[in-house]
Parts: sequence; structure tokens; C-alpha cells
Amino acid sequence: MAELNSIGRVVGIDLGTTNSLVAYMQGDAPAVIPGVDGSNLVPSVVALDPVPADGGRPTVTVGNTARKALIETPERVIYSVKRLMGRGLEEIQDELKLFPFRLADDMEAGEVPRIQLGEMRFTPPEISAYILRQLKRNAERFFGARVTQAVITVPAYFNDAQRQATKDAGRMAGLEVLRLVNEPTAAALAYGLDRAKEGTIAVYDLGGGTFDISILKLRDGIFEVQSTNGDTHLGGDDIDNLLLAIALDEIHAEHGVDLRGHPAAVQALRKAAIEAKISLSTEPVAKFDIELPNGDRYQREIPRAVFEVLIEPVLARTAGPCKQALTDAGITPEQIDEVVLVGGSTRIPAMRALVDELFHLSARGKKPHIELNPDEVVALGAAVQADILAGASKTTEEMLLLDVTPLSLGIEALGGTVARIIQRNSTIPASATEHFTTGVDGQTNVAIHVVQGEREMAADCRSLARFDLRGIPPMSAGLPRIEVKFLIDADGILKVTAREQRSGQAAKIEVKPTYGLTDEQVESMILDSFDHAEEDFAKRLLIEARNEAEKILTLVDRAPGSPAWMQLTGEEHAAIAAARDRLASVVLGDDSASIREATLALDHATRRYADLQMDAALSTAIRGKTMGMAGEELGEEVTAPHAMAPAEFD
Amino acid sequence: MLKVLDSAVPIACWSCSIGHNDSTLFCPHCSKIQPPPGGDYFQVFGLERGFQVNLPALEHEFHRLSRKVHPDRFARAGENERQWSLADTALLNDAYRTLKDPLHRTEYLLKLEGAEIGEEHSGKDRKDPSRGPADLLEEVFELNMQLEEMRMARKVGEEDPALLADLEHAKKKFECLLGAVDEDLHAQWRVWDAADSSERQAAQKAMVALLDRRRYLSNLVRDVTEVLGV
Repeated sequence: MAELNSIGRVVGIDLGTTNSLVAYMQGDAPAVIPGVDGSNLVPSVVALDPVPADGGRPTVTVGNTARKALIETPERVIYSVKRLMGRGLEEIQDELKLFPFRLADDMEAGEVPRIQLGEMRFTPPEISAYILRQLKRNAERFFGARVTQAVITVPAYFNDAQRQATKDAGRMAGLEVLRLVNEPTAAALAYGLDRAKEGTIAVYDLGGGTFDISILKLRDGIFEVQSTNGDTHLGGDDIDNLLLAIALDEIHAEHGVDLRGHPAAVQALRKAAIEAKISLSTEPVAKFDIELPNGDRYQREIPRAVFEVLIEPVLARTAGPCKQALTDAGITPEQIDEVVLVGGSTRIPAMRALVDELFHLSARGKKPHIELNPDEVVALGAAVQADILAGASKTTEEMLLLDVTPLSLGIEALGGTVARIIQRNSTIPASATEHFTTGVDGQTNVAIHVVQGEREMAADCRSLARFDLRGIPPMSAGLPRIEVKFLIDADGILKVTAREQRSGQAAKIEVKPTYGLTDEQVESMILDSFDHAEEDFAKRLLIEARNEAEKILTLVDRAPGSPAWMQLTGEEHAAIAAARDRLASVVLGDDSASIREATLALDHATRRYADLQMDAALSTAIRGKTMGMAGEELGEEVTAPHAMAPAEFD
Repeated sequence: MLKVLDSAVPIACWSCSIGHNDSTLFCPHCSKIQPPPGGDYFQVFGLERGFQVNLPALEHEFHRLSRKVHPDRFARAGENERQWSLADTALLNDAYRTLKDPLHRTEYLLKLEGAEIGEEHSGKDRKDPSRGPADLLEEVFELNMQLEEMRMARKVGEEDPALLADLEHAKKKFECLLGAVDEDLHAQWRVWDAADSSERQAAQKAMVALLDRRRYLSNLVRDVTEVLGV
């Protein structure tokens, strides 16, 4: 399993609003790397454990473990942090109303927001870095080797600051981010891999917090994005919030309890809302049944028809970007050969009906593509792009992705209007050169304000950076000729260089991002040095391998006597015993690879036992309960009988 | 690889230090990627300057060059190679974006040839009625009146079917005129591409005027479309 080469693997990471995943290229097909609990999805939830008794630094947990803390200690947990990435204090006020994020109380204007988590404070990139570090560790555990390079996906409609924040998070997590790839484009890569397709495809990506639509032309292995559009604040979260708001209002009206001030109760209600939403994709009716703090029960049925009316405005918000993307690509819906659906929210039947209508699918006898799991397809595509960048594989050597910048780049001109220098949907890397001069004799500085967006006035666009061209030799007004080159790189991030042409002097420029962390700040936020020492790394692998081995050994030793064990054949018993003894003999050694190998062998030998256990657990759990509740309890049950069993239920 | 063009001074490869012609993307000696070659967008594709471009061939060449120079091919290369790959690809993309669009291409080439162009084609409104073509003055005046009437009617929530029909008609008419301008423009392209330098001046002048007229007309069509709300 361990594949150690000098440069290491490049992994593909989907850093999602709700869940995150890491994938790699397994031979000629991408595959998701499971975590220790066997689950492919790592919930994008970060929790701060209680302060240890010795007063040391509390540890940070990520994923399913962190999610469990959500109900008990919501003030120490953060989720959906992607919504805050690369955004300023003023921009996140709306998010703060809907999510239980608490800002540090000493925030100053212009500062990158810091979230209060228990007794500590973190910027959004730091929170994301913890998620990335978990994914990195999952991959390292899986390969038994270090992973230092990654491709990370971002919503296509992310602006410069949001992209930079994502890259910063990677660096803090000890990952060199070789490329940021747009999520819908990644999905197209995952779909385009196994069939050398030609044609025009639309990728409709409605995730937890963002919506993207991208239109691509596929030809000879080249994936050329024609146009992209979207909304970075539209997704499944908005549907959850609608259901949540209704429940809160009804509870207030019917039971006289206002839960808005009770984070734990709101969390429990949100969880119920999410379950209701998910079940409505397959069931005609969903039920709320919640015990309130005063002992009352809030019970309510939501028929699918009511749900569809409720979410209609949310779904309708995706239509505008789709139409704009078609216009920008210069095509009609009929010219779209295929539509790919990405993101958990595309499981909603009403959503699929809207897509069908937008692209005239059933009218043309077509169906959208949903063959790949919409929760995994972006990570799979990121793994394909990682393979392209690693440049060592036959499968992807003919593939090339040509993406575009989602937003126009402009400079604030006289009167606050925007002079566009790079139009949206330009293939990246893209550049533009502008010339500036002085307005006053002897002027040595020129201030430039760069904005991103489609509006006419700079104040309505996203301010990217303000910078000064300095050190202009004193000359008469209008004489200096300063050439400024704007370059959007392959990650969609802007770089600026300038030079004064008359004197040949390179003007010193300081690009001060309007929001964002400085290089020094990022440097200071790099997560503990633990990951950096080779020796520590080996130690960590060994500890992890032993922990997993001990876990499965305990389970196997407890197995005889259980009904599932009785169902196994004598041969199976013997095979398990042999694998068990082999593992017991190596577990105290120092070789993490052989421990892992023996663990996997035992895991393999006990697979049927695990399945039988799970069947038994399922039938006990489901009796007299809704599927959602059963799944919830199974979450605990399933990890218990078998360390490697998948802990996921759909 | 790019067509090697005549150039004055050979420059030294940053990697192997052997001098080479400055319009090559890769060093002929050590094969390392080089800084963006000098020259115009046409030279990027190894094309002679001309208003008519074979678009499928252009796209094919764009893809072929992209495969060679794109930053994805240099993700794990050294700092220099990554830097030049980025710069070369930006140039390639800028060139392709300009040349594949007929209007951008026309404006670009006219500028290269030293023609003065009033405004860049940006689809933005900087209307200057005084610059309107003389033959259209009357109709444009009429149209602006109708547009104003329509806006007023919309404001108070009234519908005027006759006015709507007039505007629809005007829109069609100006779209036809726009089509005619494009045909004239294409005719001038052919003249310029076939002519020698002495005859080119007249064609250039005609194209500059046609671009002005086109900009004016497309602004009108845009205004009508806006008011009609289609």
C-alpha cells in the first residue's frame, strides 16, 4: 500500500461547506480516501475540546467527532465556515444572523474576522486549515506516506479574496496548493474521464452553501470552459434555514417558547430540519418530533408539496445565473448536449424538475447525469486534476483544463465608475496592461483601486485591492507613463506588477488586499510543527496504526458469543483466528506498515461478520422508528461493531 | 512550436545560456520554456496580419499550443519555468480571445496598423448624439421620443400596444442596419487582406467609420431591447 516516491502524491480535496473529501488517482480511476471511521465524507465541522485539567492548549477535533459536540457544546463548535472565507466584517453580518458564529469582541474594521470558539479565536482560513489537516492525515494514514501537495476545489464563482483565503488555509495545513480548481469544472473532469466525449455540457452544482453553473466544451481531451455564473450564498443551508425559521416561529406561537436564544435547542432543531429535508427527496411526507426544553413536544408533518412551495424561491434563484451563463457562452439550451448534476441539493426532485425545464431536457429525450455520487464527484474530479498536474500518468496525459475567471476585473475610474480591463469568462491565465500617469506636477505616488464584479460603480463591486504606485520620479503632470500589468493566474488569483516607462524605473508597488491575511499572518498561523518533522511523522503513523489495530483486536476478541459470530462457518472462524494472531504478533513492533497490513487482513477476514452484525443492528434499530432516527442511532452502533465498517447511511 | 520569425538580436536562454531567436516558446537547445516572445497576437499563432481568420484552424492551434505551455504542464517545475509558462499562457489566451472575436480582432488590427479608434468596443454606453450618422438622425430622434414615451407609460403602469408595435418595428429595422454594417465590414476585410499597403489606407478608414456606426447602432438596439424588456 505504501508508495513512497521522491516527490509524493498529489491529492485532490473538495473543501465543502457541509462535507469535505480527499481523493486520489487509483490506477486510471479516481477514488475517495476514507477516514479512520471508514467514512468518505468528513463533515466540515471543527470543535474545540474542553481545556485540559493541566491548563494546556485544548485540542481541536474535526469531522464526525466534532459534529457530536454540536448539540452539547455548540459554543465550541463551528461549521459552514466556507461561507466566511475571504469575506470582510461588513459582508458577513447576514451570515451571523443565521448561524451561531460568535465574533471575537475586539474586532476592528478591515481586520479578517475572528471567530470565538470557546476560549480561543480563529480566522476562517485557520478553521479550514484544521479540516484540511484532517484530510491530509487521512490520506497519509491511507498511503502510509507523507502528502504535501494538493489540488483544492473552490466554487467557480469565488472571487479573488475567497480563493486567496482557501490557498492560505492550505498553507497553514502544511499543504502546497498546486492548483485551485473550480468545483463544476472538477465535476466535468470526473465525468469526462471514462468516455472521451465531445460536445457541450452544463454542470449545475448546488451544494450546501454555494451555487455554480458552468458551461464547457469538450474536445480532444481539452475541457474548455465557455462561461460560468453562480451565487456564493445559495445552497442547501438556505433551505435548512427556511425550515428552521418556520419551526422556530411555530414553537414560539404554539408553545410560547422562544428558542432563538438557546443555541443547543436551535442546533437540535436544525438537525431535525436537515433530516426532514433529506427524507423529502424520497418520501411524500416528513415529520418533525422534537422535545422542547419545557417538556412539550413540537410535532409537525411537512408534505412534499408544501415543502416545494416553500423552497421555490430558493430554487428559482438558480435560474438567473443559468440563463446568463447560456447567454455569455452564446448558446441556447438546445445546444447543451449534456447536463451534469453536482451537490447534495440536486437530489431534491423539484430541483431536478427545474433543471429539466431550464435546459429543455425531457423535451429532447435527455436526462441529467447523476451516475457519480453528487457528494463525491467534485473530489473525484480534483483527483483527476491532481493527476494531470503530477504529470506522470497515461490516463490523463492528453487532458487539459482551460478555465475562466468568473468575474470581470476593473479599475476605479474618475467619478467612481469602473473601467473593465479583463472581462468575465476570459480564459485564465489572462492579462491586461494599463497605463497611468500623474495629475499634479512632481507627484510621486499614484493610487489604484482594483475591483471585481459586473456593476457599473466601483462601490457596488467587490473591492480587491488598493495599492500605491510609489517612487515615480518627479516630473511634470501627465508626463510619467506607468505601465501596470494585471495578471490573473491559473488559480484565478490576481498578480500586479508595475514599471515607470519614461525613466525605466520599476515603481515600487504595495498591493494591500482590502480584506485578507498578510504573508506574515499566514506564516504565524501555520498549524503546529508536528507535521514537519519526519521522525514525528513516523511516530504518528505508528501510533495511529497501533490504535486501529487495538480497536479491531478488541472487537474480534469480543465477537465469540454474539449471534452473528454463530452464523460464521468453521473455516471463517479459522481464518479470523489466523489473521488475529498475525496482527497480535506485529502490533507491538515498530513497523507501522506491517501493522497496517495485518489490520487490513483481519478487517478483510471479518467483513462478513461485520455485515451480519450490521444487519442485526439495523433490524433492531428500525423497529418502530423513522428511518432518519434509525440512521442517527446507527451512527453510533455501526462504528462500534466493526472498526472499518462504513459509518454512513443514505 | 511557434513559427520562427525574423528578429533582430538573438537572446540567451535563461537555462542553458545559448542564444536563440526571440520568438520561440521553447529553447531549441535545452527545450526549456522561454519568456513570452515579442510580436503581435497574430505572430503568437504564426499568422500573417489579416482581418479574415480561419476560426477552426485558430482554435486547433490554440489547443495545440495550450497543451504545450499551460501552467498545468509545469505545476511541479522550477520557479523559472512556472513563471514563463504563466506569462506565455496569458499571452496565448489574450491573443486567442482577441482574434476569435470579429470585432475585437478588427479593432486590434486597426490599432496595430496605426488607425485611431474612437472608443474600444466594450458594449458600454458613452453615447454622443452629435456623432450619430447623418442619415439616421431623423429616425433616431423619433426612436428616442418613442422610448421616452414608453418609459413614461411603464412608470404609470400603462400599456400602449401601438407604441409597442412601433418599437418592435424599430428594433427590427436597426438590427437590419446592424447586419448591413457587418456585411460592409466583411467586404472591407476582404479588400484589406487582398490589397497591398497603398490601398489599405482607404479600407482602414472605411472600417473605422463602420465601427463607429456599428457602435452607435448596437447602443440603440440595446436601448430598445432594454425598454422592451426582452
